[in-house]
Amino acid sequence: MSTVPLFVDETWQPPSRGRVGMFSLIVGESAIFTIFVVAYIYYIGRSTYGPTPQILDVPIFNSICLFSSSFTIVMAEHAIARGLLRRFAAWWAMTMLLGLEFLAGTAIEWRDLIYNRHFTIRTNLFGTTFYSLVGLHATHVVVGMIGLSLVMLFTLLGRVNQGHAARIQVLALYWHFVDAVWVVVFTVVYIVGR
Amino acid sequence: MADQTLPISAPLPDAEAQRATRLEWLHSWVVTVDHKKLGILYVVYALFFLLVAGAEAIAIRIQLAWPNLHFVSPEVYDELFTMHGTTMVFLVGMPILFGFANYLVPLMIGARDMAFPRLNAFSFWLTAFGGLLLYFSIVGGFGLYGMGNAPDVGWWAYAPLTAKAFTPGHNTDYWALALIVSGFGTLGTAINIIATVASMRCRGMTLMRMPLFVWLMLIVSVLTLVTITPLTAAQIMLLIDRYLGGHFFDAQAGGSPIVWMHFFWIFGHPEVYVLVLPAFAIANEVIPVFSRKAVFGYPAMVAASVGICFVSLTVWAHHMFTVGMTSVGNTFFVLSTMTVGIPTGIKIFNWLATMWGGRIRFATPMLFSTAFVFQFLLAGLTGIMLSVAPWDWQLHNSYFVIAHFHYVLVGAIVFCIFAAIYYWYPKVTGRMLSETLGKWHFWLFLIGFHITFDTMHFVGLLGMPRSIYTYEPDRGWNTLNLIISLGGFVQAIAVLLFAWNLIYSYLRGERAGADPWDAWTLEWSTPSPPPDYNFAVDPVVRSRRPLWDLKHPHDPDWKYEQ
Repeated sequence: MSTVPLFVDETWQPPSRGRVGMFSLIVGESAIFTIFVVAYIYYIGRSTYGPTPQILDVPIFNSICLFSSSFTIVMAEHAIARGLLRRFAAWWAMTMLLGLEFLAGTAIEWRDLIYNRHFTIRTNLFGTTFYSLVGLHATHVVVGMIGLSLVMLFTLLGRVNQGHAARIQVLALYWHFVDAVWVVVFTVVYIVGR
Repeated sequence: MADQTLPISAPLPDAEAQRATRLEWLHSWVVTVDHKKLGILYVVYALFFLLVAGAEAIAIRIQLAWPNLHFVSPEVYDELFTMHGTTMVFLVGMPILFGFANYLVPLMIGARDMAFPRLNAFSFWLTAFGGLLLYFSIVGGFGLYGMGNAPDVGWWAYAPLTAKAFTPGHNTDYWALALIVSGFGTLGTAINIIATVASMRCRGMTLMRMPLFVWLMLIVSVLTLVTITPLTAAQIMLLIDRYLGGHFFDAQAGGSPIVWMHFFWIFGHPEVYVLVLPAFAIANEVIPVFSRKAVFGYPAMVAASVGICFVSLTVWAHHMFTVGMTSVGNTFFVLSTMTVGIPTGIKIFNWLATMWGGRIRFATPMLFSTAFVFQFLLAGLTGIMLSVAPWDWQLHNSYFVIAHFHYVLVGAIVFCIFAAIYYWYPKVTGRMLSETLGKWHFWLFLIGFHITFDTMHFVGLLGMPRSIYTYEPDRGWNTLNLIISLGGFVQAIAVLLFAWNLIYSYLRGERAGADPWDAWTLEWSTPSPPPDYNFAVDPVVRSRRPLWDLKHPHDPDWKYEQ
């Protein structure tokens, strides 16, 4: 037995499940970041010994790179939506370069802190909160880079076409989220906390 | 499954063919991405752990039945109550409720499957391995060398007890990792349910025509997104402290154990609603069908559920009145906790109004649902009592609190889970559960429940604290504790009867047919058990009770709704 069609609504157009799923993931991830950010803010100035946030240098160039990557990925989204594959590949590669630069910048910053100033995650409470919050964000950038690399790989193999625009936009949503989180982390760690 | 044929041309010898069939059957369950099979896997997995954690509870009650008993050692006792709590919440409560959601949500909204079937399978196996990891701690947490064993820090795992100095060995690490792993599984399922409800509804299934079960599962999933993730974050911090030498909860370095309490209860209190809202979802389906009336106040039910979701996020520190917050903090959490009583009160009145004047059939699912309504009311009332900070200062960490939350978890949630299994078992297996055994199960469980948990309030009021290994004979708790333990055995007998009923009825039960309860939601329009594809023709609905419309073409609901 099945229901008899009684009525047909031609305008029945449910939202894309990919977008809904990604937005849900972003809400969940935001809660994780909220907990780490709250811990960071609550513990500012509470270390009983060891270095303080004054030892940090503000990573301005790095941040500009990451923020610009949101712009380049929007350009890539526009290109794939109109089927301009070469332009898409170029903007996508640009996004990946900017992401890589951000990761490299973080690596250099951490290397300096760890090797030259002997400041690690176990040094004091500030070290614990700093490395875990910035590291959590960097981990998300790495995950985003893996996603971007897969798309790049398929693009170079010629497997990507205009029909994939919607899926690519879902991945881009994640990348925008990673950028937006950096706005918060950057403000909290390098401006408010310093 | 039985209807699949093997790709074998020549006939095999009987024994070998049987073995091949069995292997293929097993394989089909391991690789499945079908929401119905995954739903069954969730429920079976949870029922298994229900028996395990129930056995742990019985061991706890034997230890406490009389003063100065030494049924288990103090160390094992700590492990028993930690594992009982962790298992019941993470390996029984959530998997079984998400199992119901998995099985029923796509059927109720007229969909072929969940939005992301492979993510669905991935989530289930993550949850399953999380559970295995937790129990592997018994041999893996240096248990074989006598250093620690199963986790023994309580299900709330307060700092600084979890610090490496106070809990050496790996048992706490197994606990944290198990919850992170199963937490990601839960997150995946929640995302899946939200996307399914948002994007997979059949034609005509507008939001305000969805069965209330689906509404509540949607709300639970949204709540899960922002509830499980703080726990994951806190567990990551705990592991950083334990493995990388971090100082999040290390008071000597400036960290704060109170922060762990906040983070844990930011998860822990909404978690109660993650568990109880699906119980409401079940009652919302069972009570109307067995009262032969459409649910009373559908929009109010939806609004109350959304209200509970939001309010539940603001009440966590009522678990912490005794740590010494400011009076402003105390007042805020007293008031927010009392506010929860308003939407839940609306729900109780709506269920009563649904029953009022109905032609009530007291089949087993309805018996459990009716008991749920009254027990949940009592649980809510002791909740209001405990929300008053001065009262809580007196009774915090006493057996009164244990009695209160077991009234919610058992009296409301477990009763609804039983109602759901009696109600949907015919749909899933094609056979009815035995009503005779069901009635025995209900009455035994009801009596056992009240013997145990009503009495527990009184030992709490007499000052018996929770998590104690044993007590002196002169406290006046002896007889009451014996009664509590005896009630536990009555419940255990009832649960064993239920397990027997599940097995017996699967083999010998009466054939159910597509719609044994004369119900109104879409899952009853498919055969029992539903075929892999769910619906031969995509259903189209015009009202909240599509099957009523079909059965009563001269008096359809859509003439009156809107």
